[in-house]
Amino acid sequence: MRRLRVFRSLVKDSLDTITHGSKKYHLWMAFLTFGMLTGMYCYSIQLEHGLSVTGMTDRVSWGLYISNFTFLVGVAAAAVMLVMPTYVLKDIDFKQAVLIGEGLAVSALIMCLAFVIADMGGPSVLWHMIPGIGVFNFPNSMLTWDVLVLNGYLFLNITIPFYILFRHYQGKEAKSKVYIPGAILSVFWAVGIHLVTAFLYQGLQARPFWNNALLGPRFLASAFAAGPALIILVLAIIRSFTEFKIQDKTIKKIAMVVTVAAQINLIMLISELFKEFYAPTHHSESAYYLFFGLDGKDALLPWIWTAIPLNVLATVLLTFHKLRNNFKVLFFCCFILFVAIWIEKGFGLIVPGFIPGPYGKIAEYTPTGIEIGVTLGIWALGAFIFTILAKTAIGIELGELKYKKNKEN
Amino acid sequence: MSNNNKKWFSLNLGRKEKESSGACGCGKTSGGCGAASQSDQMTDAAFAEAAIHASIGEEKNKDGFEQVFDVKMDRRTAFKKLTASLLIGAGAVSTSCSVIGGDESKEKAQIDWEEQFKGNYKLMTDEEKNGTVDRLVRSYQLRTGKTISMSSKNAEEDVLFGYAFNISKCQGYMDCVNACVEENNQDRNSEMQYIRIHEMKDGKGFNFNEADDNYYHEVPAEGHFYMGTQCFHCDNPPCVEVCPVQATWREDDGLVVVDYDWCVGCRYCMAACPYDGRRFNWSKPEVPEAEINKNQHYLGNRMRKKGVMEKCTFCVQRSRAGKNPACVEACPTGARIFGNLLDPDSTIRWVLENKKVFRLKEDLGTEPKFWYFMD
Ligand code: SF4
Ligand code: SF4
Repeated sequence: MRRLRVFRSLVKDSLDTITHGSKKYHLWMAFLTFGMLTGMYCYSIQLEHGLSVTGMTDRVSWGLYISNFTFLVGVAAAAVMLVMPTYVLKDIDFKQAVLIGEGLAVSALIMCLAFVIADMGGPSVLWHMIPGIGVFNFPNSMLTWDVLVLNGYLFLNITIPFYILFRHYQGKEAKSKVYIPGAILSVFWAVGIHLVTAFLYQGLQARPFWNNALLGPRFLASAFAAGPALIILVLAIIRSFTEFKIQDKTIKKIAMVVTVAAQINLIMLISELFKEFYAPTHHSESAYYLFFGLDGKDALLPWIWTAIPLNVLATVLLTFHKLRNNFKVLFFCCFILFVAIWIEKGFGLIVPGFIPGPYGKIAEYTPTGIEIGVTLGIWALGAFIFTILAKTAIGIELGELKYKKNKEN
Repeated sequence: MSNNNKKWFSLNLGRKEKESSGACGCGKTSGGCGAASQSDQMTDAAFAEAAIHASIGEEKNKDGFEQVFDVKMDRRTAFKKLTASLLIGAGAVSTSCSVIGGDESKEKAQIDWEEQFKGNYKLMTDEEKNGTVDRLVRSYQLRTGKTISMSSKNAEEDVLFGYAFNISKCQGYMDCVNACVEENNQDRNSEMQYIRIHEMKDGKGFNFNEADDNYYHEVPAEGHFYMGTQCFHCDNPPCVEVCPVQATWREDDGLVVVDYDWCVGCRYCMAACPYDGRRFNWSKPEVPEAEINKNQHYLGNRMRKKGVMEKCTFCVQRSRAGKNPACVEACPTGARIFGNLLDPDSTIRWVLENKKVFRLKEDLGTEPKFWYFMD
């Protein structure tokens, strides 16, 4: 009973916090709401006319939605890079960052699920996928694995921070005995979600561009670069807009993670390029298309040739301690790294998998306005959820939100 | 469906051989027809079934599926009721509950309701199959006033369908493509076609990269030869493995089919098919009423809806009725040969045994039941 009362008061208090804020905050939320509404409008058009309003065709049957899904799974997985040192290694530095990281994971996962649903041809029969009611093709289909691990990870990332915040809200210490097992589990789970998502593509013998053993590890490396890079940016913003104190030390440590991951990612990229271009086979055509275009079709060239230099530049800059410790450079690097990996792992990965087609047909893909609208809407949704979560968490951590015993009556 | 002694380059025929001795009737002496491993496969599957998730694992062998199915139906019924109560709460089922609505609209609503919550066709009993077919026929009647005939005929014993394509004969007339579109009620707006005819240059070999699968000129064009592709009805179909809801599967007579009402439209199967065999309904498929082929099969040419996958079914509505697929019948050159691979006297068996046949992308281990040969 008491718990319920505390919970009610927590919800009320957090509603209170998220509806109050500075002018900038309100503007930000209004902007996101506008984005979401536009996205919903675009989605309603898609629902009515079918997926023909997108740029996808029988030749390139996955596009922007699945690209973003893939990328965001990585962002979600990356929260774990902060969880482990904080909870398990008792590294106090990360403690503040970790709540933010987990909030980011939750919003990234919700975006992932939204992208998958947006991509479905028949969202009204989605219940066919619910185990028990529908038919769940487990363990044969990697997609069912993905559904399981993503939802499991979502559950973990909601419960752990919720437990901690719930304790702090009542002015109590969170018991490490309770959350450490969960934290350790989520570490393995994070690797799991990303590997399983990679296997989704890696397991298709029909698509040589994906059917390659490096895909899984490369997913992990790029995720552990892009995810923490985003966390650094978010922490920087939170630091300048709220009272929440995040020490330089914390950011520097996360920057270290980003750097190592970006370096590993670059090594794997080189290995991949070597394999594709030193002794090109029939299977290298997708890579040729991606980097140089085939038969004069070169829609992806501007994208990939933005991504690669940004990626290299960021990795090189980050490698030098002097530069990395300069926050201006660091933030810049994180930003370009994030963009580079978004391109590489979204568009640069999904679209060339379909080009050339099974019989060598080169049909290009360009997303339509509606598709972009839905995509932006889902990103706005993610940002919206994150802002709410972060604001509540920060309020509790700062002690602004506190459970008062007699407040309820 | 992976069998443990799979030989990638074998003709994987004779799947339904009854005797368990090593000898089999598939006409191959290599011993790689996979018939002998049949019983092992079943036990393996049953074992895996028991081991993995009694609750969410799905029945793959039909023997023990009744028990599970009972449970499933119960759960589904419960779900149905739950949703119903929610919807009624929201007043969303006004038609089906309305007292004013005519009998017909009530019946229509009732049918729509049942259809929305029916199970996966693959797991249905024969009665349930008939039930859904009757509902679909009735619903079509209610909506258009026209009567269609729809079959739910199951695979026959000792039948395994296969196809052979004579590259020397094909002249690229595309009569097969047109016949297929008409027979199978494909969407006319998007010009969906199951068959693609690739026009290749003489002297370049089978060079699909330089082939044109979308030509509009008089055929046969000088210095070219033609080759058709469609779904190859793989015996080890990757598209079936990846489907998260088992909306697509291999029937006992070897046809790879889709339950259009169960598909959720994720297009994973499309990404998994190495042969460009699948087509998606990007918008609502439309066929002029006068052109609709009313002789339909649940798994074949019945009307589809938007957002679901479809593909060549070797014209299940015809092949299970003992006829040749529309493309075979339409081909003016006799380049297309269809038949029962288990019947030693069939033409297709003669071709396989006397011609130098090959299949596409055999290295992928998909075991297509579609062979090419030349005179
Ligand atoms: S050709 Fe493609 S769609 Fe047809 S059975 Fe093989 S993998 Fe499936
Ligand atoms: S599109 Fe339909 S048939 Fe294909 S994998 Fe998805 S649910 Fe299965």
